[in-house]
Amino acid sequence: MDVRDVVIVGGGPAGLAAAVALKKLGISDVLVIEREKQLGGILRQCIHDGFGLTRFGETLSGPEYSQRFIDEAEACQVDVAVNATVIDITPGKIVTIDTRDGLLQVKAKAVVLTMGCRERTRGALSIPGTRPAGVYNAGVAQSYINLYNTMVGKNVVIMGSGDIGLIMARRLTLEGAHVEGVFEILPYPSGLPRNIEQCLNDYGIPLYLSHSVIEIRGEKRIQSVVVAQADKNMQVIEGTEKEFPCDTLILSVGLIPENELSLGAGVCLDERTKGAVVDDSFQTSVPGIFAAGNVLHVHDLVDFVSLEAEALAEGVHQYLREGCLEEAGIRVKTDCHIGHVIPQKVSGNKEVQLSLRVRQPMKSCRFRIRQGGSIIREFKVPKAIPAEMIQFRIKAEDFLSREDIEVTVDE
Amino acid sequence: MTGKKYDVIIIGGGVVGSAVARELSRYRLCICVLEKELDVCNGVSGRNTGLLHSGILSGEHSLRTECCIEGNAEFDRVARELDVPFKRCGKLIVGFGEREKRSLEELFSHGKKCGIPGIRMIGHDEIRAIEPNADGEWAIHVPTAGILCPYTYTIALAENAARNGVHYYFDQEVTAIDRREESYCVHTGNTEWHSRWVINCAGVSACRISPMLGFGEYIPKRVKGEYEILDKKVGRFLSVPIYPAPGEDGDCDLHITPTVDGNVLVGPTLEEVGEEEDYRATREKIDLLARQGARLFPNHVKREYFIRNYVGIFPYVADPLTGERVDFQIQSDKRIPHAVNVVGISTPGLTSALPIARRVAEKVKEQEALTVNERFCPVRKGIVRFADQDDEGKRRLIRQDPDYGEICCRCECVTMAEIRQAVHNILGVSTVSGIKYRTRATMGRCQGGYCETRITSMIEEELKKEVTEVLWNQKNSQMFTGRVK
Repeated sequence: MDVRDVVIVGGGPAGLAAAVALKKLGISDVLVIEREKQLGGILRQCIHDGFGLTRFGETLSGPEYSQRFIDEAEACQVDVAVNATVIDITPGKIVTIDTRDGLLQVKAKAVVLTMGCRERTRGALSIPGTRPAGVYNAGVAQSYINLYNTMVGKNVVIMGSGDIGLIMARRLTLEGAHVEGVFEILPYPSGLPRNIEQCLNDYGIPLYLSHSVIEIRGEKRIQSVVVAQADKNMQVIEGTEKEFPCDTLILSVGLIPENELSLGAGVCLDERTKGAVVDDSFQTSVPGIFAAGNVLHVHDLVDFVSLEAEALAEGVHQYLREGCLEEAGIRVKTDCHIGHVIPQKVSGNKEVQLSLRVRQPMKSCRFRIRQGGSIIREFKVPKAIPAEMIQFRIKAEDFLSREDIEVTVDE
Repeated sequence: MTGKKYDVIIIGGGVVGSAVARELSRYRLCICVLEKELDVCNGVSGRNTGLLHSGILSGEHSLRTECCIEGNAEFDRVARELDVPFKRCGKLIVGFGEREKRSLEELFSHGKKCGIPGIRMIGHDEIRAIEPNADGEWAIHVPTAGILCPYTYTIALAENAARNGVHYYFDQEVTAIDRREESYCVHTGNTEWHSRWVINCAGVSACRISPMLGFGEYIPKRVKGEYEILDKKVGRFLSVPIYPAPGEDGDCDLHITPTVDGNVLVGPTLEEVGEEEDYRATREKIDLLARQGARLFPNHVKREYFIRNYVGIFPYVADPLTGERVDFQIQSDKRIPHAVNVVGISTPGLTSALPIARRVAEKVKEQEALTVNERFCPVRKGIVRFADQDDEGKRRLIRQDPDYGEICCRCECVTMAEIRQAVHNILGVSTVSGIKYRTRATMGRCQGGYCETRITSMIEEELKKEVTEVLWNQKNSQMFTGRVK
């Protein structure tokens, strides 16, 4: 069996960034496995711009952004297998790959999980009504339009205000479709403010907050949706139902880290992120298996995906050098206003970046990190919204003990 | 337009129509099936629990029970012949409290009377020994019950029939039937089909066809049943279907059933909808499934495991005079030569399909001598599934066909080789749902997020279709409106 130092599962922005960073640290034997015929992951279909402001200081399209990493990976001679799908990873890090040349098995000293995420579907939401054609997830519609040159519909309703849905509202409009509106069940948008501005407001597409699609109608192709207002508990307010004729319903109702392979490898998942529980080296509960990017937790911007994957390289390097990493025994807890935090546990011996999201919009927030009754760190931000990830650092010297730390926020 | 002349026209390509087609292809007959949808089993046959019934729940109707027991007994052989996944896993009908105990006892003695093999009344400990995740004070253990995939089975019957010479025609809704000079003329849209025999296996529509042939008027009744499909993640926690004890009306309320493919079904909710064909899922019933399901299968019926819901229709037929639910009807009548009328087929139609088909063949033989088709082959091979193989088997498949080395559907681990074989299916079905039913692609937790684009492009490329000709499941269910300008 082939033995490799590092096998990276997924050649999207996280996998490529991790591969390049590992090479730069002097690890020569790095294999990236990509199921598509080309590298780049979901960015291949993201032909709009706005990528790279943080990472590269300029605005790029998705393919341009990923090309930078593809070029770098090529320059530093990262091994790549495309059109190759990992179908199994064992806790002992034997990776099984389905390819046209056969079923390959590779024994990896370290595995990096960068499989990204998938979209929540109509089925997961159990939207009532019929099951006609013309109901698409936003990412699927984006793939049809941008990669397959195929138009999914002409008269569109968008359910959910996730970023891909907003991007698709603009894309469909530019392709001549009429977008009736974007309906969001929450009282605030799920997508980034800049996308609300550039994709909806600039095109006069209405955003209906506290509204949800409660029924799909039509036998063959979708003919209409019934929309109703929702209260703050996301319950439908009776009497507010309204029917909107359409031939297409686009769903942009959330992303879920794609962790079926991780589960097979015995990796423990976090109920909140649906991604792995990791320490401050991005190591999962299985020694030598690391995770970064959207497979770990859903990010708002691809720049942070790349930065996270680059940050992971150091831990992998150390693991390969020393055969293990030190126990990260300090748990990172949060209060009820914070949806989740990455990493979930830290060693307390090195600087760590916490990534988190708040559960609802907050103004003039004060984040505090406590350990054993003392506040070891405090940050203020003018506003925090669920759509945006918040990151801050704790220095090694901030830690006072081995006790758990807690992140809290108040307005 | 005039179609070809046949010996036998079978109306309806559901499980019964396809079983009849297969059964009659044992004889030297020129047979066609007229199906109103674009694939087989798009009605009742494809939307049920997928249970091989034992017959214990088939009530007092004698033909129903007789066919069910017969179909159950032979199914290991049938599944082998047709290469259909099947597990004889048994079933538990569980109860709590005195009322349910009495109802179970009544059902048990009814089962004994009907000769259901191997049934036993068991207590709590034995329930737990059979299925640790089931709960109940008492249960009837029904060892002969099993699980199968209803559309895989129907497709297998139809493909085997087609292999043995039966012609399938889709998008052929029968609008009228005339009798002219010793033969029938069956009208569908703008086509006339001629045959010596007509067999009505139209399922939900059988009551509409029955008077066209001159058989009786029946009142079609429908019970609507909503289901939730749970992620395979919970499939390993359930080895047998769990039914609650029958209620006052004798019907078992919604149950929890493992599927032969590893998912779990919750449902059906049962709701009389009269004559309406209503496939709408409702918020009320979805919530009910979540609540009731969690009671029967605690800790595993959770919203995060819901991957899809669907609505089944359970038709039954009422006698116009009495209003009573009628037994299975397999009718022939000297005054209506060369016709067999199959109406009133409700659950367990899936289990009973082949026994019904044999009885149809007997009716045919009563009126004319049939010559055995010596070339008939009862064996059908399905598409070899990559996901079902061990590593050595996977390697062998990729060597034989490198398309097995390309995963199309990540969740269900379906390869491009399987998609390609499905696209070129013998029945000539070209809908996206047709590919889905033949391969399981799109049936996983991402619901086609990864593979649907690949499937639609393969349909376009392999079958030389324009994008606007790619259909989801039925006529006018276009997936796309055109090319991007």
